Amino acid sequence: MQAERKNSAAKWLYGAITALVLIILPFVLEKGFSEYYLYLATKIMVWALFAMSFNLALGYGGMMSFGHAAFFGIGAYTCSLLLVKTSCPLPLAFVIAPFVAAGAGVIIGFFSVRIKGVFYFATITLSFAQLAYILAFKWRSFTFGDDGIQGIPIPALISTDETYINYYFFALIIIVICIYVLWKIVKSPFGLMLRSLRENPERATFVGMKVENYRLIAFVISAFFSGIAGVLYAFLETAISPDILFWSMSGEVILMGLLGGMHIFLGPALGATIMVLLNSFITSYTEYWGMVLGIALILIVLFFPKGVGGLMLEQYQKWMKRKGV
Amino acid sequence: MAILEIKGLRKSFGGVMAVAGMDLKVEDGHIDSIIGPNGAGKSTLFNLISGYYPCDEGRVFFKGQDITDLPPQKIAKMGIGRSFQVTNIFPKLTVFENIQATFLYTRGKGLKLFSDLKKFFTQEAEEILSNVGLIDQAGELAGILAAGDRKRLELGIVLATGPDLLLLDEPTCGMSPKETANTIDLIKEIAEKESLSVLFTEHKMDVVFGIAFHITVMNFGSIIAAGKPDDIRANEKVQQIYFGENRCSSK
Ligand SMILES: Nc1ncnc2c1ncn2[C@@H]1O[C@H](COP(=O)(O)OP(=O)(O)O)[C@@H](O)[C@H]1O
Ligand SMILES: [Mg+2]
Repeated sequence: MQAERKNSAAKWLYGAITALVLIILPFVLEKGFSEYYLYLATKIMVWALFAMSFNLALGYGGMMSFGHAAFFGIGAYTCSLLLVKTSCPLPLAFVIAPFVAAGAGVIIGFFSVRIKGVFYFATITLSFAQLAYILAFKWRSFTFGDDGIQGIPIPALISTDETYINYYFFALIIIVICIYVLWKIVKSPFGLMLRSLRENPERATFVGMKVENYRLIAFVISAFFSGIAGVLYAFLETAISPDILFWSMSGEVILMGLLGGMHIFLGPALGATIMVLLNSFITSYTEYWGMVLGIALILIVLFFPKGVGGLMLEQYQKWMKRKGV
Repeated sequence: MAILEIKGLRKSFGGVMAVAGMDLKVEDGHIDSIIGPNGAGKSTLFNLISGYYPCDEGRVFFKGQDITDLPPQKIAKMGIGRSFQVTNIFPKLTVFENIQATFLYTRGKGLKLFSDLKKFFTQEAEEILSNVGLIDQAGELAGILAAGDRKRLELGIVLATGPDLLLLDEPTCGMSPKETANTIDLIKEIAEKESLSVLFTEHKMDVVFGIAFHITVMNFGSIIAAGKPDDIRANEKVQQIYFGENRCSSK
């Protein structure tokens, strides 16, 4: 009882510190460094949301989707097209986009959740995502093809023309809400269902569970939040191109999950932080980002199956134990 | 009335006739047993009843309803709970979560997306864990339990589905004689308390004689003998084919 209270007090403390850091950080970055670092911090948050959304499918649902770029991209495209081509107000476009991404999740999920085996699941989701990529690339009249969508109109309140500060806070609020909802889901009865079917779908079936239904729901939720990440990305960059639907985007988000640790709630966010930083620093030295990525993936899978997050957690627990003794 | 009735059930794998046209009845409220050497077809019979494999021929009736070749989830929902010869649990969930998850599925609460997990079936799960003697290990990961404890956890999972008929495939496989005796007592106690019917397979003859109302002896997919424990004990054919064996395999 007392330990529990102490525990929850510690949680509040960590929470307060994190909140404080996230609020002060943008000012420090802007004053102490440059706008670019503020942009980078926002980019990390957006990718963190994408990676955590994706991880609901991979880490919790046991579904190795190689097609999550589709949901990210569909979110970004839906919102951008609505803003550029129609007089749809921004808040409405923002709300519609993740639902369209979720709709795509229903379709892709419907065909993939009953498929057994990591490889086949990855292949079918990849195929669907590449289809979305080709559509965006070829269907010029609708999507502007490889020109992409430039100059997405963003209201002055969150405009990034002069400073990224406002947008940083806008994205922060939305991302914190999304992560809170994801947390609630993971800790809910549904979350336990997901973990159990990831562990042992056969046992789950023989206690009466319709495994596919649970998988599909998790997949659609994952697509929904990936769609929100896509919208935030579009606003951050104010321009998008079919590249955000390409398979390498799906590969990057997988890598973030594995790197950070897919069995830890915040693991993928850590993975996103490392990857975005590496990406922006390494690409300024080398053009071989893809190769660096590939090598990193192999090393992680070989040496850190639990990810950097898992490694850190292990060390922390060891340290706590030693302190306790 | 028979809770389970099997008529002319047949299943072959390639050239192997695993179940070669079997008839079997389990009366409501009975604890019956199927015995037979390794490879006799006992597990396959369970796999046919519970919907794991499709049947080649024959029908399965549960409470008078034809359930042949229904999907396993449906059969489970109708009230047949099964355990597996190779223990089948959720290894990376805690012992408690194993049972809680089963309650959530069975009672249709698995789609609660935003509710607090702690509010669901805590008491019910604890009750089951006390019944199967695992309450002290409630917080441990299921995968690190000893073999006998894992078997009992699977029994707990099956009980949590609220079945009317238990199909237990070698429920004492891998247990010491003392553990075996305890587990058999436990099964009997629970079956009586919850008025369940039980059909279980076994290797250890002495175990079976102490608990079963009715024993069916299988070999090569067919019934060699069937009857009360005393009849089976006296049956020469059974002694010939059977008494060499005494180990279960957890392949
Ligand atoms: N999935 C399968 N594929 C091929 N052969 C099988 C399969 N399952 C069981 N068999 C065969 O069917 C026969 C009966 O096996 P089983 O039902 O496991 O026997 P028991 O449980 O009585 O030991 C054996 O010869 C076994 O090799
Ligand atoms: Mg067997």
